[in-house]
Amino acid sequence: MKQMLNFKPGFYMRSYLNAGAFLALIFVLILVVVPAKAAVEIQDVTSEKGIKAWLVEDHSLPIVTFQFSFKSGSAQDPEGKEGIANLMTGLFDEGAGDLDSDAFQTKMEELGAEMSFRTNSDEISGQVRMLAENSDEVLELVRLAVTAPRFDTGPVERIRGQIAVGIRSDERDPRKQGYLKLSEALYGDHPYAHPDEGTLESLAAISPEDLKAFHARVFARSNLTIGVVGDIDAERLASVLDEVFGELPAEAGLEPVESIEPNLGQELRVDYPLPQATLQLVYPGVERDDPAFFSAYLLNQILGGGVFSSRLFEEVREKRGLAYGASSYLHSRDHAQTLAIQTATRAEQAGETLSVIQDVIAGLRDEGPTQKELDTAKTYVIGSYAINNLDSSTAIARTLVGLQQDDLGIDYIERRADLINAVTLDDVKDAAKRLLSQKPALLVIGPAEQAQNGG
Amino acid sequence: MRNSIANVARNAAFAFIVAVAAPSIATAQEAQDDTAVSSFTLENGLEVVVIPDHRAPVATHMLWYKVGSADEEPGKSGIAHFFEHLMFKDTSTYPSGEFSAAIAAVGGSENAFTSYDYTAYYQQIAPSELPDMMRFEADRMRNLVLSEENIETERQVVLEERRQRTDNVPSSILSEELNATLYQNHPYGIPIIGWQREIEGLTHDDLKSFYDRFYTPNNAVLVVAGDVNAGVVRDMAEETYGKIPRGPDLPPRARPMEPDQKTAREVIFRDPRVTVPNLSINWFVPSARRAEKGEFEAIAILSEVLGEGLRSRLYQELVVKQGIASSAGSYLQGAAYDYSALVVYGAPRGEADLEAVEEALVAEIEKIKSEGITPEELETARTKILRDQIFMRDSQVRSANLFGAVLATGGKVEDITGLQERLDAVTVETVQAAAERYLDMNHTVKGYLLPEEGERS
Repeated sequence: MKQMLNFKPGFYMRSYLNAGAFLALIFVLILVVVPAKAAVEIQDVTSEKGIKAWLVEDHSLPIVTFQFSFKSGSAQDPEGKEGIANLMTGLFDEGAGDLDSDAFQTKMEELGAEMSFRTNSDEISGQVRMLAENSDEVLELVRLAVTAPRFDTGPVERIRGQIAVGIRSDERDPRKQGYLKLSEALYGDHPYAHPDEGTLESLAAISPEDLKAFHARVFARSNLTIGVVGDIDAERLASVLDEVFGELPAEAGLEPVESIEPNLGQELRVDYPLPQATLQLVYPGVERDDPAFFSAYLLNQILGGGVFSSRLFEEVREKRGLAYGASSYLHSRDHAQTLAIQTATRAEQAGETLSVIQDVIAGLRDEGPTQKELDTAKTYVIGSYAINNLDSSTAIARTLVGLQQDDLGIDYIERRADLINAVTLDDVKDAAKRLLSQKPALLVIGPAEQAQNGG
Repeated sequence: MRNSIANVARNAAFAFIVAVAAPSIATAQEAQDDTAVSSFTLENGLEVVVIPDHRAPVATHMLWYKVGSADEEPGKSGIAHFFEHLMFKDTSTYPSGEFSAAIAAVGGSENAFTSYDYTAYYQQIAPSELPDMMRFEADRMRNLVLSEENIETERQVVLEERRQRTDNVPSSILSEELNATLYQNHPYGIPIIGWQREIEGLTHDDLKSFYDRFYTPNNAVLVVAGDVNAGVVRDMAEETYGKIPRGPDLPPRARPMEPDQKTAREVIFRDPRVTVPNLSINWFVPSARRAEKGEFEAIAILSEVLGEGLRSRLYQELVVKQGIASSAGSYLQGAAYDYSALVVYGAPRGEADLEAVEEALVAEIEKIKSEGITPEELETARTKILRDQIFMRDSQVRSANLFGAVLATGGKVEDITGLQERLDAVTVETVQAAAERYLDMNHTVKGYLLPEEGERS
């Protein structure tokens, strides 16, 4: 949503990176990387009304960061109103309580705070970053936004129009269409099949009343998780929790969402005369609470998760120069899990690149990794946690929410290394057999007839 | 990933704010312990900046070379970036991949990037690993072995990178050619990644002489941020980088400069993949280094008020009040050695067409030139920039990036720590003067991304 609002055509790409393409982009663009607390002290705070939050106090900077999440997301979009969760996230700074859009934004600007909301398939989350000196006033605005959004017609039509432009912009983009086609093929009539933005038709069908009803249904205390970092203590936070979130209904009215096995084994093509073909392969994944989660996680690290050291990077890029990036991702959503591989290569090399990837897969599935690969992956995965998850106030706040949602326990950060070290070579071999034995879904975007799926 | 271009744009704009807003990282905390930023130069000419941040036992180690694509010889476009890739290959001390393996073994992360004016390499690790990082980084400053085999494989990787990031993306194709039109003489008109045929033609000897010329301690800036102090960093740097002899002095970075602009130009790219058109209006302005005193800060405030964020004039007028645009705004490119691009952009929404959006953009540009900005707008823009400074201190890498980029483009540490004062010197008059001087509609380059002819937009 916010990306679209800030869309800027004609931008000059400033820097080119040496790295797996996708991770590389993330670096330049988001500049994610600031280490922080290796040993984070997390406090469990509960308000009088029973609202819980995890807090990391840090008084070295005069900043307070709130991250909160309501389990729901676009999977809760009613049929025919797909896109409602996403539309709603664009409207929280567009008027709340007695303040219309202009008055709300003017106040937020005067206070110098940043508030943003986003949705994915499983949750709607908000983040607020404020200066400690006027946090009372900012939090009052947050209370209004969360508990009393107005959904006035003017802003609703404007944001709807902006999202519609975004959907239309993608209509003839072969890559965007390819990813949409893949979601539909994998998930059929499951809610995961539709994009967060919905379609032009479903978006047009959403009324302000629908938004009010959806908000009342999915914003509640029962599905709320909160993480707070910065210049605030536990006592003050406890009272803030009741002030900001205390008026929300106790129970959310979530529709049950079924778990689904993605429909793999399909071959999808978007034929388009592009200079480069994009390849995506989708295998089964693992649930976050699966006992084999870390075995699969380490397997992914060895396969294509490592930026400068993974089998895919080595075979596709380093040895053969076939692509700028070749990587894999483990995607563990609440109701479906996948392991996906992606690369892009000159159109006439697509077939060769696909067979290199298939060889890498077969090697890991049949032989497993070496002990040395596993040891290297373990040290990396253990050591990089602080840099990846605790590297700034905002990252810590996000991590606090994630740990609670996944029910990992307040001591998880200390226990994590032991969990990883307990994984054996046989565990990872088992995970490789389990995840890499099925015929994957294959998506090829590019000129026709370049790559065949050999299995 | 799918939103990468939008993300690029947004973050570039943000990076700029940061670059201009050059926060007073040091001043805010000077009273306390050793958190002030310090800088010094080793005997061999290596500049060093230390940014202490004791909140976490982590360090960021960045080595910046004062060479980018704008320093390339004619016909050798892309060599700076190609060379950056090769820096991850064999040295006479370590085989390819050993440095990366050492970083991964301690859970560190690493990367590198090339821009018009600089090339930088970085790692993030625990402070105890700093001596190792310096040993490896100092090693590849002088001991790289450029084998034909590595060059040929990496050339293919770079060509795939070009296809993926430019040739496959309509907005990138337009942006590359627009840049080539905006800069008629200066090498900023040449893409950082290089033109395909010139990348194909780069030879071993080209790369070797590029390395010998630019990769020397006296052409580099070391930035270390994190749980460290200046004394320790100095000792470590002297033990590693300090052993490398000074290289030959480089001549001043005198690039071909732009002649006076005399025409308005349009660059149009039509592509069947485009369904919603958009346009940008582009100018270049002198960089912070070359601008008259106070002028660059005035341009920054101008861009802020005109089009940065949801409360800016362009967004409020075109998107909110008139309801004709899905996006509208402006941005100013960050730290650069010679020129910074100033860009205004927009895309239509609903029944409105691109002409209506362009007209409204131009009307706002003319208005800010003829009426200037209000004292309230000036104050709000200044406050926003100062707020961003405070938020930026939360991020070690953003701090390190800022100092590295400023120093690699001819600036000094004081340019950053003293920026608040310079912002305070901006008045509504200087902002209007900057608008009148630089927002000249007779000297624009406009870029249009359009659907194929005959398609309804």
